[in-house]
Amino acid sequence: MAAVKATPKAEVTIKKDWCKGCGICVHYCPKGVLAMSENLKAEVKNPEECTGCGNCEIYCPDFAVSLRRIQ
Amino acid sequence: MLQINVENLRMQKLPHIWCPGCGNGIALSALTRAIDKLGYDHDEVAIVSGIGCSSRSPGYLNFNTLHTTHGRAIAFATGLKIFKPKMKVFIVTGDGDCTAIGGNHFIHAARRNIDLNVILFNNNIYGMTGGQASPMTPFGRTATTAPYGTVERNFDIMELAKAAGATFCGRATAAHPRLIESLIVKAAQNKGFSVVEAMLPCPIGFGRRNKLGGPVEMMKYLEENSVRVQKAQKMSEEELKGKFVIGEFYNKPAPEYIEEYDKIIAKLKK
Repeated sequence: MAAVKATPKAEVTIKKDWCKGCGICVHYCPKGVLAMSENLKAEVKNPEECTGCGNCEIYCPDFAVSLRRIQ
Repeated sequence: MLQINVENLRMQKLPHIWCPGCGNGIALSALTRAIDKLGYDHDEVAIVSGIGCSSRSPGYLNFNTLHTTHGRAIAFATGLKIFKPKMKVFIVTGDGDCTAIGGNHFIHAARRNIDLNVILFNNNIYGMTGGQASPMTPFGRTATTAPYGTVERNFDIMELAKAAGATFCGRATAAHPRLIESLIVKAAQNKGFSVVEAMLPCPIGFGRRNKLGGPVEMMKYLEENSVRVQKAQKMSEEELKGKFVIGEFYNKPAPEYIEEYDKIIAKLKK
């Protein structure tokens, strides 16, 4: 039986202009949704893993991460 | 944004000026969420600040805001509160602004028990002016004015506030943003002088000089070395060495300044 892929609970978007690349959101994401990109800014790597816990939004010091619930 | 109400922010002023990984943004975001949770109207909230990194905060908040002179945030806020007692006043101040330049204002406002909420952004250093040691720089840490480590002991603001007469004291770190939020909510609900200390990482001004690593390492350091107040009561002094106690320290109502003042006026009018 093929592994059932979890459906993401929320959609993460990152404002690249506001992100200063501190890496705090990547550290506090429990599912590894976020990663640092080559130009040292946060990027969404595994969007399907998101559980919508909201850590990234709360921990981002730059108001650069925002979540949207997926119905 | 799911948890942050963008109407509380002046979006046209963002992104803010703080360095990458600065904890001020985390505490600022907690403050906006706390005000949202309290359900205050935008017009009835006033944010007052002094000078420093943290004191840039009101510029990004969409409430009544007052950016004042160095150390005098509490003095201006006292005047504002007396003139408009219905206003919910939050003071955003830094460790240097509040405990050095504004130290006397702080202890006397606590003594009066005037209904103000001080949110102390403690980043252990004077960040904006170039990394000088503040009264809250921990003993032995390096700063531009203490190149071989500071030989002064740092303030424990919780003890200071409690001794001076504050009726609500609480501390949290940037690694516990939900605790900062809930402490601010409780502080606002307390009728009297409330102090919330937010211990924040300053990776550029403080961390780099003390070789504490980048923003993530500093956040881990705050997380690993913090102990809840309930747990700390069962620990010995030896075990608590180098740890920060977080949580609600003190919450005991006392006569509030403006209420007492109004009573005098009412009495004399008779």
